Amino acid sequence: MKKYTNTGNKDTRSGFGAGLTELGKTNENVVALCADLIGSLKMDDFKKNHPERFFQVGIAEANMIGMAAGMTIGGKIPFTGTFANFSTGRVYDQIRQSVAYSDKNVKICASHAGLTLGEDGATHQILEDIGLMKMLPGMTVINTCDYNQTKAATIAIAEHHGPVYLRFGRPSVPNFTPENGEFKIGKGVLLNEGTDVTIVATGHLVWEALVAAEALEAKGISAEVIDIHTIKPLDEEMILKSVGKTGCIVTAEEHNILGGLGESVARTLSLNHPAPQEFVAVQDSFGESGTPAQLMDKYGLNSDAIIAAAEKVIKRK
Amino acid sequence: MKPNTQQLNDLTTQVRRDILRMVHAVNSGHPGGSLGCTEFMVALYQNLMERKEGFDMDGINEDIFFLSNGHISPVFYSVLARSGYFPVSELATFRHINSRLQGHPTTHEGLPGVRIASGSLGQGMSVALGAAQTKKLNGDNHLIYSLHGDGELQEGQNWEAIMYAAAYKVDNIIATIDLNGKQIDGATDDVLPMGSLKAKFEAFGWDVLEIKEGNNLEAIIAGMTEAKAKTGKGKPVCVLLHTEMGNGVDYMMHTHAWHGKAPNDEQLENALAQNAETLGDY
Repeated sequence: MKKYTNTGNKDTRSGFGAGLTELGKTNENVVALCADLIGSLKMDDFKKNHPERFFQVGIAEANMIGMAAGMTIGGKIPFTGTFANFSTGRVYDQIRQSVAYSDKNVKICASHAGLTLGEDGATHQILEDIGLMKMLPGMTVINTCDYNQTKAATIAIAEHHGPVYLRFGRPSVPNFTPENGEFKIGKGVLLNEGTDVTIVATGHLVWEALVAAEALEAKGISAEVIDIHTIKPLDEEMILKSVGKTGCIVTAEEHNILGGLGESVARTLSLNHPAPQEFVAVQDSFGESGTPAQLMDKYGLNSDAIIAAAEKVIKRK
Repeated sequence: MKPNTQQLNDLTTQVRRDILRMVHAVNSGHPGGSLGCTEFMVALYQNLMERKEGFDMDGINEDIFFLSNGHISPVFYSVLARSGYFPVSELATFRHINSRLQGHPTTHEGLPGVRIASGSLGQGMSVALGAAQTKKLNGDNHLIYSLHGDGELQEGQNWEAIMYAAAYKVDNIIATIDLNGKQIDGATDDVLPMGSLKAKFEAFGWDVLEIKEGNNLEAIIAGMTEAKAKTGKGKPVCVLLHTEMGNGVDYMMHTHAWHGKAPNDEQLENALAQNAETLGDY
């Protein structure tokens, strides 16, 4: 089992902030909009360094998305920042018509996604956003796993022409991907090679997948671990190649079982290489208040859940 | 060279014919609001806007127009075609399968002259503001024009945008409201009375100007020229354009019935008889 070192827990949203700071220096066309959550989104630096390119829109997300779409006309690359719930469900029609259908180069950057938002509870814990966004034609959907990857993704999406949904989170989580590593949109990252089961994870579940793979190894099970940061377009080639070898798969995500990564993978398998699959995801419910760790445990989104799913799916081969 | 009054009148009549023939041909579309805004759109594209030859999406160093109430696409398409953005003959494809002239305007099919999709109401003001901010960032002194239905202002997003525009002094925009007092279900005063739009815009910090004769080319040009003079002074500019839905076709006026209904063969003939061909039908 390949070893990964946590260089110290950090929040993914700070990775976004750092990426945006970097873009501020390197790309004068990058502009940022925020709906009254500058601190939460870690956009302070960009605002301080480039006040003329920063737009505080107030608690008015619909206007923010529409403005971002308009700002692309004339060559700007707008990055919008608010919580995932207010970045997607609240403004779905604005994104659909003014951004996606109009093919505008807007980067919708969303923090506090999923259960790990924690104590604020279900009103803010969106678990449907990946589904909402991946259904929009032309939308790229990215869910990063740690600080370094979020920073790299933020920088990478500025170079990609077209609408992007970049999803990250609130809590401090292990930071283990390479610093200033290359981020290739649409390409999975093969973290560990294995032969008995494929574990495909996204976002905060990627570290949990590595923890699970180590525990599985101790039980004599060889798990292949793939970090799928880009849910759309999905790296079908990497997933199919892996399942061709292992014959079964576990998908893991901090999202509703309906509409998420697991369903995208299931579709790919059913069309190309049907194989047993187990889903580590929220079972079509809303969240609730609690600490991130308590919630991930209660809703079955941690390494223990991945281990159990792996053992189950291997038996189904 | 700007067209003279006779040329503008001729174009207006021809655009009316285009609108009527387009919606009749597919027995769908929105003639009422299109006819009500014909003079405005003709004046805008032929007299008021500073436009470059051809079309590029970024619209650098030229005025830009956004149609927020996208359902009046017939007048938009006709004026765009007759202003040289695409062949007039293409108007015959309106609402047909495989056409660039979708029921509501879109950039998706690459139709020159269209910079944003619209139709789902209430989004155009925000888009216009964004484009206006980009013009400022680019040091481009040209203006952003936008058109909105009065009923459309019932959508809350508008008021987010209206609040923002004044707060951040977006003074390179002229947002025109098509004040015809009608929407699908009836008079705006019956559906959801909005009170004084002038008072509302002013309370939000906009400079408001009224054009009482919104179907009179000269009044429109005079009013919009005054509106242009108000830009660049720290306030966004709103024009309340008093129009008559269905203008130019007697039986379509003074009613909301023709908001989204096409004339039949007989009604088309009657309407065209009231608007004799000037520049040649498509």
